Amino acid sequence: MQRRSIMLGTGAALLTGGARAAIPGLNPALSAGTRDEAILAQLPGKKPLIKLSWRPPNYEAPLEVFRTPITPNDSFFVRYHLAGIPDMAELRKWSLKVGGDAAGSQAQLTMAELRSLPAVEITAVCQCSGNRRGLFSPHVAGVEWGVGAMGNARWRGARMRDLLAKVNVKANAVELGMSGADGPLLPATPDFAKSIPIDLARDENTIIAYEMNAAPLPHLNGFPARVIVPGWTGTYWMKHVNQLEVRSKPLDNFWMQKAYRVPAHMFPVERPFTTQDNDQTSPITAMVVNSLVTGPVDGAHVPAAGFTIQGIAWDDGHGIKTVELSTDGGATWQPAKLGHDDGRFAFRPWSQMLRPGKAGALTVTVRATNNAGQTQPGKLLFNPSGYHDNVMQTLTLNAA
Amino acid sequence: MYRFALCITLLLAAAPARADEPAVELKSGPGQDIVQAQCNVCHSLDYIRMNSPFLTPDAWKAEVTKMRTAYGAPINDQDADTILKYLSATYGP
Repeated sequence: MQRRSIMLGTGAALLTGGARAAIPGLNPALSAGTRDEAILAQLPGKKPLIKLSWRPPNYEAPLEVFRTPITPNDSFFVRYHLAGIPDMAELRKWSLKVGGDAAGSQAQLTMAELRSLPAVEITAVCQCSGNRRGLFSPHVAGVEWGVGAMGNARWRGARMRDLLAKVNVKANAVELGMSGADGPLLPATPDFAKSIPIDLARDENTIIAYEMNAAPLPHLNGFPARVIVPGWTGTYWMKHVNQLEVRSKPLDNFWMQKAYRVPAHMFPVERPFTTQDNDQTSPITAMVVNSLVTGPVDGAHVPAAGFTIQGIAWDDGHGIKTVELSTDGGATWQPAKLGHDDGRFAFRPWSQMLRPGKAGALTVTVRATNNAGQTQPGKLLFNPSGYHDNVMQTLTLNAA
Repeated sequence: MYRFALCITLLLAAAPARADEPAVELKSGPGQDIVQAQCNVCHSLDYIRMNSPFLTPDAWKAEVTKMRTAYGAPINDQDADTILKYLSATYGP
């Protein structure tokens, strides 16, 4: 079992100095225990990120990282379910096995062979399904993420459909199963494996990426290759992917059938994952339209004469149509200026000058709407696993 | 005796993880030693503190059950009961 060379305690081993740095403006909606645990810590090759758990490593990006629409590799969030993470020496021996009962043949590719397939590039948001879980009211169990379990990068790699063409997908294929080189510490723990519908696997935008922002993937973001499923939540973006399985039957494991599920019909999607649906729940799939104010921060002092508010918006790939601001509790709205469009799966920057004109408290509510007309709710759509929190943000600023 | 031996084995198995990992101190209380030995095998103990203080006894029970049944944690009934009582009493709302 190669996995014996696992890096245990990845986060901690690489902490520089070990100092506990307080994080300014940590969201007061997080639980007291979460606020105690959320400290800045440094992983190898990363700038300080907000540590939520040492092992397995779960670290989110601080708010200021999102002031540029492309998230730098060294600030990209880190999320693992299981602590058995191979080291770089082992990952350099990587190869990718492709097969399954609904594949007409098998294949095993080296990195050179993967790179010999036509390369494509796409800018897309990778967001953890549970991003903002820590802000849920009431709180629910899990990794208590604030707003930073997401990032937007330029992914370069091969189309999954080109890879699948090598193994002659049969007509009875329903799903593509995916697993990576990381895994559990105990043999009894189910390895992390996921699946996507076979037609989504063959979508032109689904790729196996070996570059992220024109550099190799960082170790803890899936080196040397990960699956990119633009529009869908990060749980399907298999890191360190080394096995693909064309399946004639739905993948039946804990990670598909028990975890990563939302109440049926609570979040309607255009492209349902029907082979994984049941009467009570559906797998989480497409991201919901959302936005984030990156400046000023809640509670900040701003000039009454005028200041610029800015942020980002994103969705599942319809693209952002408008971002609007309200300073009167939602009675009236004014549009923000949208910034550079880096494609329909990317963060869309926005900004707007606000002129309160008088001193005192100022509330600003922000809502994004996508090209399908979907917009952010005013009230949380509570679900027990803490997914899809896209409630409109309201900031209280102090104008002077 | 068997349980003692098992704990030692688990501690040794987890030792590399903890050598370089900042220690996460849990509040003292009955069962703290069992919690530290068992839960730390697969994950750092900040998971417990991070998920506080809001999980009810039923919610903590669901977590302990998930660790045993879904993640295959080798925790016997007696230890599971001790862990649940500790978490509910020490890290509940």
